[in-house]
Amino acid sequence: MLENLLTHSAFEILTLSDRAAQALAENPWEAAGYTLLALGGTGAFLSLLGMALIYVERKVAAHFQCRLGPMRVGWHGMLQSIADALKLLQKEDIIPEKADKLLFFLAPVFSIIATVLALIIIPMSPSLQVVDLNIGVIFISAVGGFGVLGILLAGWSSNNKWSLLGAMRAGAQFISYEISVTLSLLVITLLAGSLQLSEIVQSQQDGWWIWRGHIVGVVAFFVFIISSTAELNRPPFDLPEAESELTGGFHTEYSGLRFSFFFLAEFINMFIASALGATLFFGGWMPFHIGGFETFNSIMDLIPPGLWFAGKTAFIVFLMMWVRWTFPRLRVDQLMRLEWKFLLPVGFINLFAAATIVLTKLYFFPGQ
Amino acid sequence: MTEKSPQDNKHPEKPAQQPSTPESSAPKPTPPPAPAKPEEQVEKPPQPPELTLKVCAAISECKPYSAASDCPTVEVIPENLVKVLTALRDNQDFAFSMLMDHTAVDRIEDGKFELVYRLYSLTTLSMLLVSTKIPRDKPIIPTVSHLWDIAEWQEREVYDLFGVLYDNHPDLRRVFLEDDWVGFPLRKDYKDDFMLTLDIDSLRE
Amino acid sequence: MAVKISTLEERISVPAEGDNPLNTQEYFINMGPQHPATHGVLRLMLKLDGETVREVIPVLGYIHRGIEKIGEHQTYRQFVHLTDRCDYLSAMMNNWAVSLMVEKAMQTQLNDRIEYIRTIMAELERIQSHMLWWGVLGMDLGAFTPFLYGFRDREMITDIFEETIGCRLTMNYIQPGGLMDDIHPNFVKRVKDVIAYAKPKIDEYEELLSGNVIIQERLRNVGTITAEQATSLGVTGPVLRASGVALDLRRVAPYGAYGQVDFEVAVGSVGDCWDRYWVRVEEIRQSFRIIEQLIDNIPAGKTMLSKPAKKIILPEGSHYAQLETARGILGIYAVSDGKSENPVRIHMRSPNYHNVWSVDAMTRNARIGDLVANISSLDIVVPDIDR
Repeated sequence: MLENLLTHSAFEILTLSDRAAQALAENPWEAAGYTLLALGGTGAFLSLLGMALIYVERKVAAHFQCRLGPMRVGWHGMLQSIADALKLLQKEDIIPEKADKLLFFLAPVFSIIATVLALIIIPMSPSLQVVDLNIGVIFISAVGGFGVLGILLAGWSSNNKWSLLGAMRAGAQFISYEISVTLSLLVITLLAGSLQLSEIVQSQQDGWWIWRGHIVGVVAFFVFIISSTAELNRPPFDLPEAESELTGGFHTEYSGLRFSFFFLAEFINMFIASALGATLFFGGWMPFHIGGFETFNSIMDLIPPGLWFAGKTAFIVFLMMWVRWTFPRLRVDQLMRLEWKFLLPVGFINLFAAATIVLTKLYFFPGQ
Repeated sequence: MTEKSPQDNKHPEKPAQQPSTPESSAPKPTPPPAPAKPEEQVEKPPQPPELTLKVCAAISECKPYSAASDCPTVEVIPENLVKVLTALRDNQDFAFSMLMDHTAVDRIEDGKFELVYRLYSLTTLSMLLVSTKIPRDKPIIPTVSHLWDIAEWQEREVYDLFGVLYDNHPDLRRVFLEDDWVGFPLRKDYKDDFMLTLDIDSLRE
Repeated sequence: MAVKISTLEERISVPAEGDNPLNTQEYFINMGPQHPATHGVLRLMLKLDGETVREVIPVLGYIHRGIEKIGEHQTYRQFVHLTDRCDYLSAMMNNWAVSLMVEKAMQTQLNDRIEYIRTIMAELERIQSHMLWWGVLGMDLGAFTPFLYGFRDREMITDIFEETIGCRLTMNYIQPGGLMDDIHPNFVKRVKDVIAYAKPKIDEYEELLSGNVIIQERLRNVGTITAEQATSLGVTGPVLRASGVALDLRRVAPYGAYGQVDFEVAVGSVGDCWDRYWVRVEEIRQSFRIIEQLIDNIPAGKTMLSKPAKKIILPEGSHYAQLETARGILGIYAVSDGKSENPVRIHMRSPNYHNVWSVDAMTRNARIGDLVANISSLDIVVPDIDR
């Protein structure tokens, strides 16, 4: 097992599920170990990442607003998220009397399951990926659509008009913006020639798609970042939970642990969207390469792939936070207008352009 | 996404002429000269202000206010109220386009409610108080909410606190107190279990 | 004549009206009294058709304290303290309105020092009120950052108040016949510091919020009321001026030191949220201008006249004075019997009570998001509505 980890070449992808499958023939316990590692690792990663992201969000927001943010719990408030998590766990679990109790209970679970499912196929480094599906992009779209179910159920089962309004907004918004996300994913699929995320990463060995695919790549990236922000319901697209309009929208009636599920799912979804953006447009864990410049490329290779991935993801996360703390919220009809009258036509035109570019091999380094 | 760029529209255009309110046509920098200053002090002898006389001359139903007031004031009987207020609003010499305030005073010693309508004109910048008295035991007065939109809510406030009933009011409801509140608090004879009846003068001694 | 008294239940069970081609069901929803966008305890009953607001019915009284009734049992000096609690963001203007009414009735002439300090204080108060509004508008529209910027700069002005007056919010500094106390020796310097600091900040804020595409989208042509509607609805202050009616009592009936200073009255043209926004931002600039003209020339003199005497008994009759607060025209109407220290009747013509009703005219057939923008652009302070 250890030899395996040490000896494989730099960019040979070895997912946990592959390892478990390999080991199954010789030693079922090892396979079980890998599976447990995958499960436990994902769970631990989920909660740690959630807390880290919440801390980062608060710090970034604070500095945008010329203040310090959390400073008291631990060094520079590092333990603030843990304190908050403990507080949330201790809170009384309130279920409204007239709520649909089963659905009310299930909604946050759906929400978090969709998040976990999306998280496991993200290639974080050649040796750190849980599953590598050959239909990765389709899987992401499918699971992303699943997440809205949790929100719709939450709004419906709360038996609160504000929650229902929020849920309906969420439904309309997610389904609309899903189209644009998928259109921009398709552009990269066309360029890379694969639906498998690891292959998409490897197709960027000569350069990331955002600059190899020049105009098409850049347009697709912006469509992706706008519409995935909308899918994450982060400002300026946070209409489903619009604090000042709907008093919290779909999660108005939730408190304590159930609320923290939504909260966690929201932040992990932000990570997933950023990681996906990094994977598709910035080469994932692939270092910055320019086709043909071997010396430059090998210097770049000195930085471990995991670091590349983390850096790129952090960049997109920061971008989203920047937008959040700067922009006000759109109105619901403006939101729809932006999608159906602007992003959707742009996405389609971009897809046609991408197809043309792939056919005529107009992108950089087509031959390699 | 947007048809307007933020830069070229940083400030709205300077006011277009508003037909109904000639005051708005005054360009921003030049101060309107404030032709009539209604807030000026009234001399003690019962010589009514100029505006009162003008109004009384134009509208025969009005007569100068009998009591002291620091503002041009006319008195009408309740039956003529709507007619007088309509005339005051529509007469181009006065053009009282704003109902600045409407309230009541409980004149318990006379057994009357005095209703005051404070009109404000945007053309002459003058203020006129129209006063009418209705009996306390039968406090009904026609509404003026069809003349000024705001009257609807001003009248609701007076109904709420004084119990004055406005005939033909579109939505006569309590505005501050609950719908099932008993009594009208600003009446001088209002009693409530929670009211403190503390004699402050005796406390001082 | 039989007068029909209705109740809220009857009011909200009125069948739906208006064109409704899809035959969708309309429903009522409670916005408030606890709702982040209603700035306190304002309660709005919304008749909604999906996202579309068909009707807004304000339901008031959640902070009704009967100030007018209490005022009948208080002297005028005591009543000044209550006015602080109405529109707490224009506390000093409220004090001033009562003082103005008393001084007019007593025919008191004030010296220039009092008038200058009152004017400067009122303008500082107006600036801090508008700064707070600016931040809250951003927050209502979903941008949280402006809220903190607005609050931070407002703090600098409340610090000045605290130094001179000892209070930050409810000052009762302006009393009938003068001022509670003289200004602090640091006052002039600190005001100048704030002006030097805040004037460039206003431009920065405009870049942050006014220049934002989404803000423009959210505010332009939203909640338009014409000049005729506005006058009929009795709105005053920035809301009326945004509709194109240049009614500013500081200009048309100057009180205090406003007759001696040069400033412009910001007037809008369309009457939408954007005009109301712009009028207020411009008013901050003009207030700075007024303060700049006065701050160096505060004359010497007493800050409290010996007259009126300790016991204020107004002459018999009705007395009224009005002035321009940050939200509109505040009028104090008092009826005195000429014998007692207490008024027979004291009434506040509150700007917010008159402004709040225009929200229905603004919001008909708009979205919930527009409703929030409209409430925010009206700049409502709920205690002043209920009094």
